[in-house]
Amino acid sequence: MSVTATIRIQEADFDVAQEIAALSKGRTDVGAIVTFSGVCRGSENGEPIAALTLEHYPGMAEAEIGRHADEALARWPLQGLTIIHRFGRIAPGENIVLVVTASSHRQAAFEAADFLMDYLKTNAPFWKREESEKGTSWIEARDHDDAAAARWTKP
Amino acid sequence: MRVKYFAWVRERVGVAEETVQPPADVRTVTDLIGWLSSRGEAYAYAFEKPKVIRAAIDHAHVKPDAAIAGAREIAFFPPMTGG
Repeated sequence: MSVTATIRIQEADFDVAQEIAALSKGRTDVGAIVTFSGVCRGSENGEPIAALTLEHYPGMAEAEIGRHADEALARWPLQGLTIIHRFGRIAPGENIVLVVTASSHRQAAFEAADFLMDYLKTNAPFWKREESEKGTSWIEARDHDDAAAARWTKP
Repeated sequence: MRVKYFAWVRERVGVAEETVQPPADVRTVTDLIGWLSSRGEAYAYAFEKPKVIRAAIDHAHVKPDAAIAGAREIAFFPPMTGG
């Protein structure tokens, strides 16, 4: 049976346990579930921040995440895949992003989740702006995220 | 064609989206950046470092030498920082 990824781009928060249950409830073919939760930190480079605001490109965000979800499903034997990315204002301690991968064995679940997060960071059209006492500023992309994503490109 | 701007590119240009009709000799993403930059100070400021600007045509990332012919929607934005 072919697996379809669940992809949601939303302003509202999500419940990690509920998303895991949605992928695994009533199933006996799943042997491993890996979840990655990206959470808003309370400081950036040692400076406290009040909140992050995430801007996204509606339409392209779904399309881009969908392309990478399809690639993950083609590369690893997954039984389930859920990707949720929030936009809007997010306070420290709140969720930003969630990747849940379900597979028969752990290696595929770990690798697919790692791959998806590397590509979400570098290719999904989202931009973070941080609020602090000094005002607001856009967070700059990091070279090490590009390097991490490049690991998955086959030579 | 419709042009969309995001994050600080949007803030610098001053609008989120607009419809433009570039002249026929504007064939690539790089050409379009050059033509937009000639439309005023806000555009010149937004595109002052073309190398850091990313582009997408009809919701897919493209390189600066990509042809814009037939594009319905072109977007310009800084490197992504989601996740």
